[in-house]
Amino acid sequence: MQPTTTKETHHAAHEGHHDEPGFWRKYIFSTDHKIIGLQYGITGLIFLFFGFCLMLLMRWQIAYPGKAIPVVGELLYKLLGEEMVGKDALGKIGLMLPDLYNSFGAMHGTIMVFLAIVPIAFAAFGNYVVPLQIGAPDMAFPRVNMASYMCYFLGGVVMLASFFVPGGAAKSGWTSYSPLATVADLGHHWDGQTFWILGMVLLITSSLLGAVNFIATIIQLRAKGMTWMRLPFFVWAQFVTAFLLLLAFPPLEAAGVMQLMDNLFGTSFFLPTGLQVTGAPLPVSGGGSPLLWQHLFWFLGHPEVYVLILPAMGIVCEILANNTRKPIWGYKSLVYSVLVIGFLSFIVWAHHMYLTGMGTKIATFFQTTTMIISIPSVIILTCFFISLWGGSIRFNTPMLFALAFLPMFGIGGLTGLPLGFNYTDIHLHDTYYVIAHFHYVVAPGTIFALFAGIYYWYPKATGRFMNEFWGKVHFWTSLIFMNLIFQPMFAQGMAGLHRRMYDGGATYADAANVLGVPQAFIDMNKGISHAAWALGLAQIPFIINFFVSRTRGKKVASDNPWDATTLEWQTPTPPPHGNFPKPVEVYRSPYEYSVPGKSADFTPQNEPEKR
Amino acid sequence: MDIPYTTQLREDTNLYNAKVGIWLFLASEVMLFGALFSSYILLRVGAPPGTFPHGLLNIPIGTFNTAVLITSSITVVMAWASLKMGNFGKFKFFQAITLLCALGFLTIKTFEYRDKFIHYEVWKNDGTRMTGHIEGNPWLWNTQTLSDKKLAAITFSPDAHHYAEPRKHDAEAKSDHGGHGAAVQIPAADIKRLSAFVPAHSTYFGIYFTLTALHALHVLGGAIVIGYLWGPGAKMWKTDPERFTNRIEVSGLFWHFVDLVWIFLFPVLYLL
Repeated sequence: MQPTTTKETHHAAHEGHHDEPGFWRKYIFSTDHKIIGLQYGITGLIFLFFGFCLMLLMRWQIAYPGKAIPVVGELLYKLLGEEMVGKDALGKIGLMLPDLYNSFGAMHGTIMVFLAIVPIAFAAFGNYVVPLQIGAPDMAFPRVNMASYMCYFLGGVVMLASFFVPGGAAKSGWTSYSPLATVADLGHHWDGQTFWILGMVLLITSSLLGAVNFIATIIQLRAKGMTWMRLPFFVWAQFVTAFLLLLAFPPLEAAGVMQLMDNLFGTSFFLPTGLQVTGAPLPVSGGGSPLLWQHLFWFLGHPEVYVLILPAMGIVCEILANNTRKPIWGYKSLVYSVLVIGFLSFIVWAHHMYLTGMGTKIATFFQTTTMIISIPSVIILTCFFISLWGGSIRFNTPMLFALAFLPMFGIGGLTGLPLGFNYTDIHLHDTYYVIAHFHYVVAPGTIFALFAGIYYWYPKATGRFMNEFWGKVHFWTSLIFMNLIFQPMFAQGMAGLHRRMYDGGATYADAANVLGVPQAFIDMNKGISHAAWALGLAQIPFIINFFVSRTRGKKVASDNPWDATTLEWQTPTPPPHGNFPKPVEVYRSPYEYSVPGKSADFTPQNEPEKR
Repeated sequence: MDIPYTTQLREDTNLYNAKVGIWLFLASEVMLFGALFSSYILLRVGAPPGTFPHGLLNIPIGTFNTAVLITSSITVVMAWASLKMGNFGKFKFFQAITLLCALGFLTIKTFEYRDKFIHYEVWKNDGTRMTGHIEGNPWLWNTQTLSDKKLAAITFSPDAHHYAEPRKHDAEAKSDHGGHGAAVQIPAADIKRLSAFVPAHSTYFGIYFTLTALHALHVLGGAIVIGYLWGPGAKMWKTDPERFTNRIEVSGLFWHFVDLVWIFLFPVLYLL
């Protein structure tokens, strides 16, 4: 097969349908699933970097509390004003004030989860790859797809704008617990929290439209012969993820509407009777329930964890099968496990709430379901590990990231068990241990899988490889610094360091009459911060590689440069509008690598059986 | 390659794409309203005695509005069935009734809202509470209004019955609406809290307005879609009748859902 990247053939595919659309129709207001996938991907990567930068600034305040931020401190002062940025003891401008620390913390979480990881893992990869893998010409509802991206984009704009409203962005954590979220900015009516809710409503709308589209596409548009058990695991993962988004997000929307009513119309959905703020009773009716917010939030919040991880598992599965050159071990177990996870993830949410006093019986129930849900997760990871056994592994950049995902996610998952038991959680709750735990799942876990996916599908989207050497530099530096950041946090958390301390725990270490955190654990803050900044530098090779390879990268020699079996590689490169020049038919399961007796070590899904 | 199954049915699912889409969308909507209904239950169960009002809504009007929506549910099916039988004129007729019902529902709801905005509760410093109307029926006053307007006193016509008191006779229930005792003067200094029956009045009115306003938005959205397909969108009947009929079916499914939500809302908010 020859690559069909030239303009002539690209044009020929369109002939007889319609004229080549102009720049705006083709790249901005596009209804093509591949362009929308790329829009999601690039916007998501920008937000990923932005959310990371917020944390890099916070890490300065944690490591060197009370000192002005060098270089960018003055810029922050000019942008955000003296309400947010002050002077340090030496009179230098650029000290991060508590309100700014709090809003950066809240927005780091919000941006990373809702504007970066979910859009990249679900919307970007899902949009680009799912229709190709099931042999469909596009998503079922292309215009709904465009609307989904636009809602996401607007939601992002609203979130960014909230940094500049009086009082600053939302500052009550990404969980926005009431009543704090309602009373944090009583001086401002349209405060950052209100913007946060409006932004979330737009993002929830976006995810609703996307989820409906994905499920309908997978149910309706599978190519002839693409039965359910012939779907690549990536499609299964996206299918379950879409259901999680479809059913778990609306309760958060309901909660958001109620918190909006609390903020703007003076209701008391989440404000208890007798609430006092700065010594005076708040003039509201009361009678509300702060616990209700937490239940509604975590009803989304926990399935959301699986929204973050399932697409990553899907990506890793594709890359493992391709680079071990053998069928994935236990395909059916993987499929059933992912379905069980999807179902169980709806009944574990209150394990985030052991310390709320909701009662030991309820805590016991959620502890039980939490332990049960770890079983299918372990099955999936075990299948992946066994798949490596006896494979002739190709250690290219996507494979390195996919391989690193396994132990990193393993660490993240296993350290979650002490948090799932309510008696150990009492000690670890809200400490740096929790931060380390879920970052191991999402940062060196999901984000590594996303990097793997980018390196893996880049040749399909552009017709060129990303640079292998700089890819490996990116991988090894990222792996080392990720671990230098999050490994010490387990120790800090077990020593009792609280996760929301503005000064990184310095006042506790100094306090004479309380049992504080030992100084050695406070000192770890500096090392962690340095590793975080180094991790930032380690992304530079990736950023340059990503853009430069677009024009300078090594050209692919065929439409299927990784010798893969799934359908996305059986299209022209890059796939034209409509994807497949003629309808495809599927004859076999997704991972037929190294089938005995075949001359090639891979058999594409659309290769007919020979008689 | 065009997208398949936009109008014809896929063999193994027996569905066209939009029908899968709308059912998924409705599943999501069930979770949205389900969360709000659950919140209602939790707030009501957790409310201290006397703080969760009951019996303040106008049941006859609510019943009438229920009938209006059920009627529209019937006509929306008749409209779709008319198209299936190829009778475009009857479709226009039935769908016009659907639209009139939608507008009628919203109009009646607006008057219901207004009734609440001029109906007040006063919490006095001596611990007594009463509901009723302020002279001149002003809208949306609250405690802050008294000091803003520098009022020394308000002229208040109390209702015969307060919702926190147990009812003695059924006859009294009728006097809830409009049946006032003699007007009294209440000095502003005696008033601890004043609130119209707005969301801020109590968690009950908070959830009442949130649920019904969200439902009204759905009615409005459904009416706009049905109105578009009745008016400018109807020319598709000439070019692609099958697809147009499907559109009517899909919009009809959404309309049934909106009706169904009200069928739950009415007993939960008005009767229970």
